[in-house]
Amino acid sequence: MKEISIHFTVNGKKVSLNVPSRKRLLDVLREDLGLTGTKEGCDVGECGACTVVMNGRAVHSCLVLAAQADGAEILTVEGLAQNGELYPLQKNFLEYGAVQCGFCIPGMLMSSYALIQENPHPGEEEIKEAIAGNLCRCTGYKQIIQAVEATVKR
Amino acid sequence: MKKSKFNIVGKPVIRQDGLEKVTGQAKFADDINYPNQLYGVMVRVPVAHAKIRSIDYSAIENHPALTTICDANDIPGAKKVGPIKQDQPIFCYQKIVTPGDVVAMLVGESEEELLRLRELVNVEYEPLPVLTDPRKALEPDAPLIHPELGSNLVIHHPLRKGDVEKGFAESDYILEQTYTTPFIEHAYIEPEAVIAIPREGNKGVHIVGSIQNPYTTRKVVAAVLGWPLAKVRIQQAELGGSFGGKDDIMNILSARAAVAALKTGRPVKIRYRREESIQESYKRHAYYMHYKVGFTREGKIKAMKIDIIADGGAYSSMTPFVTWRTVVQATGPYEIENVWTDVRGVYTNNPYAGAMRGFGSPQPIFAQESIMDEIAVQLGMTPDEIRRINGFRSGSITATGQKLEKHDVNVLTVLETAVRETDFARRWRENQQQTKKRLDLAALEEAAANPGPFILHKEDFLEPEEVLRKGIGLAVSFRGTSLGAEGVDAVAAYLSLQQDGSAYLLSGLAENGQGMRTTYSIIAAEVLGLRPEDIYYLDLDTGYVGDSGPTVASRATLMGGGATKVAAETLRQRLEKVLRRHWNLPETTNFVFADRTVYPENQPDRKIAFAELCNLAYWEGVNLATIGWYSGPKVHWDESVGQGPAYFTYVYGCQVAEVTVNLSTGEVYVERVVAVHDPGTVINLLGAQGQVYGGVTQGAGYGLWEEISVDQGFIRELNFDQYLIPTSKDIGEIVPIFVEGEERYGAWGAKSLGEPTLELTAAAIANAVRNATGRRFHHLPLNLEEILLGRKLYPTSKRGSV
Ligand code: FES
Ligand code: FES
Repeated sequence: MKEISIHFTVNGKKVSLNVPSRKRLLDVLREDLGLTGTKEGCDVGECGACTVVMNGRAVHSCLVLAAQADGAEILTVEGLAQNGELYPLQKNFLEYGAVQCGFCIPGMLMSSYALIQENPHPGEEEIKEAIAGNLCRCTGYKQIIQAVEATVKR
Repeated sequence: MKKSKFNIVGKPVIRQDGLEKVTGQAKFADDINYPNQLYGVMVRVPVAHAKIRSIDYSAIENHPALTTICDANDIPGAKKVGPIKQDQPIFCYQKIVTPGDVVAMLVGESEEELLRLRELVNVEYEPLPVLTDPRKALEPDAPLIHPELGSNLVIHHPLRKGDVEKGFAESDYILEQTYTTPFIEHAYIEPEAVIAIPREGNKGVHIVGSIQNPYTTRKVVAAVLGWPLAKVRIQQAELGGSFGGKDDIMNILSARAAVAALKTGRPVKIRYRREESIQESYKRHAYYMHYKVGFTREGKIKAMKIDIIADGGAYSSMTPFVTWRTVVQATGPYEIENVWTDVRGVYTNNPYAGAMRGFGSPQPIFAQESIMDEIAVQLGMTPDEIRRINGFRSGSITATGQKLEKHDVNVLTVLETAVRETDFARRWRENQQQTKKRLDLAALEEAAANPGPFILHKEDFLEPEEVLRKGIGLAVSFRGTSLGAEGVDAVAAYLSLQQDGSAYLLSGLAENGQGMRTTYSIIAAEVLGLRPEDIYYLDLDTGYVGDSGPTVASRATLMGGGATKVAAETLRQRLEKVLRRHWNLPETTNFVFADRTVYPENQPDRKIAFAELCNLAYWEGVNLATIGWYSGPKVHWDESVGQGPAYFTYVYGCQVAEVTVNLSTGEVYVERVVAVHDPGTVINLLGAQGQVYGGVTQGAGYGLWEEISVDQGFIRELNFDQYLIPTSKDIGEIVPIFVEGEERYGAWGAKSLGEPTLELTAAAIANAVRNATGRRFHHLPLNLEEILLGRKLYPTSKRGSV
């Protein structure tokens, strides 16, 4: 299988890798870099469990080929907390009871993170829209929305 | 009032496992890898019913990517398994009975290669007639799914109370209706994954996976290997949702992984992608329900005759128990003198059906609550009035002949609370008066039948203000908690205090994402005056505590909570004894344990730190570890007539749904759901609210969108692009309200909540849609076609097997 070499930044660290050209970004993160916080739930861009932030935008890493990430800046859930300090979104997810099984949560956090970067004061509808591509079967979304709202109000 | 006696119980508490889940560190099964591990990939045959003639591996046998192949010949012990009847093969060797069936597993290092190789396995088979309609399953000429059983009947639960014919004779009116509900998918966001690790020497096998019920999995794996239970260790990885769905399928996948691991001597991982998960995993049963109800002019129900067929699909799984709950609860929370119910679970070639949150209750609730509203309409009453007339009170006798007593029978309390909160009766009446202009359904139907240019004329459109109709509807239920007469009901909890006052805790019931670790930690912390964060929750492993049965039937809080409380109280008593001795206090001294300190009730100033007390006990050689045990009271059941005290206690719920129906698109939007539940005592407030939000949302999905439709046994909706579950935008407000009632059992009377929250929503929505449109819909889900055309539209082409 054809290999390509890619260079990109993941959670602030520069990474260079040789990977098969057909490999998805999701697999590169999970398998080559051991960043298993990013999940796979559907492989067709419907569930959002694989969401990461690429060049400031939330993307489904199951639909991104590694080659497309060449030169990009990627943030995954593992990169949210800085120096042992949780990012405010993470704190509020805990405080508002937004987490149940937790499988959708990395994707939820990354979609919300991208939203806040782009629009620091989103309203409820904008929050719902931003996470509409992230399926959660446990929470009914309410406490997740509350947690994001609490984060942007501060 | 009641709350004030607690320090932590009932307050919002941050999840025990929250930190690892928001940082991406939590290890779900597929996040775990072992050196030298292999993958297992399934071989299926694209047919719903066939006799297997031969399986030919010659095209791949010598392929370097293949380490080994496992099929039925590799199974040393039980070739077929199942929780009640052992009818499901680990690998099929005689017949294929549904397209999810697996004949073999290819094992090797590269999943990708194996996926390619499986296409080259040549299975010769003789197709058999396919049975897809459960209503035909018992006809004499129906193809037999499991010929050795002699019939397609999995189970028949009759219930006979009073004399229905007499009851109908005494009725002024009789109403007869048929309702159906589809198969649905659990749709946990994490697909199945498991890894089996062969251990050294005589240590057996260790299995880590997305496993809901580790003890059940252990039983199955041990049976398949022909090994003693203790030689199989099952550990639950972080579980990415289950809702009843990671039971049988995980037992079988674990057994396959174990067989392959022992054959190769290497760790073997199986992980499913979504399509394979939906294809092979079990579903919620599809139900066909016929209700005949007799009632008087005054609204008193005199008789109910119910005939229900549950489509169990290809294997029996939990069908006998699921349908048992149905027979107990099918008349709803109403006192009815004369009842005649038959619930039959049958085999077909459809995907098999098993446990799913709600477990045989959402289906009859949809039927029974729809009919209650029809009765109200017919008698010119409001829905709450008809329920007030018939609802259970303390001392009422249920359909199974059980007297409801010794707990708060809260049907009317939850009803009144919900009605008051929503100004229900007035708004329901107002909506009933809405302009009665209807869409020309016949024309639409014709248009749908003859696709082509479909031009709407001006008069076909409703005035904008007529297009959007408001509706409000309610549903009530009662629900037996825990297993009832279904099985052994006992749970263990291990608690071990350390010298410095920190503690290990582990219950034999599993964390399924619903927050049990937190609930149990709160209970132990409350008893010992600790903070929940002082308690370190261990990973569930069958090696640590006794078999506590499955985490099902919303029994985790009630039973596991009970066991945790027993354990904490045992250790508390030991500590009290130490302190009495140490301070020379009389036997009668009572202590307060709060804020990590302990003091005699009558000497609040004489405090000792909890940690110091533990240290004291440690140096005195006191055993600071214990296993708490909680077992439910005995219940009994007469199968032949369906009579007996089915469950030892019940919970009650009422949900009101407010909807807007767009008459021109058929779209139903749920504006607001008020969910009033009676979970006994609320232990974990954030968790309880989360259960309501999540349950109502799932219930709305069941009501409006979700359906696994089956074409000749093949599932059409194999991924989230076709199987639609609610998103963040699909539901309006959800208002949880808890009515706390007195209860003797469990930890301070904390009962169940997870399932009640889900079972009512679809019924409440259907009643709200009736209120909005003036039309009764008999078939879930109430999707666009159902609302507009009164029937479902399906794509005709089938997708092949995965
Ligand atoms: S795995 Fe990428 S969207 Fe579901
Ligand atoms: S918390 Fe379980 S899927 Fe969202």
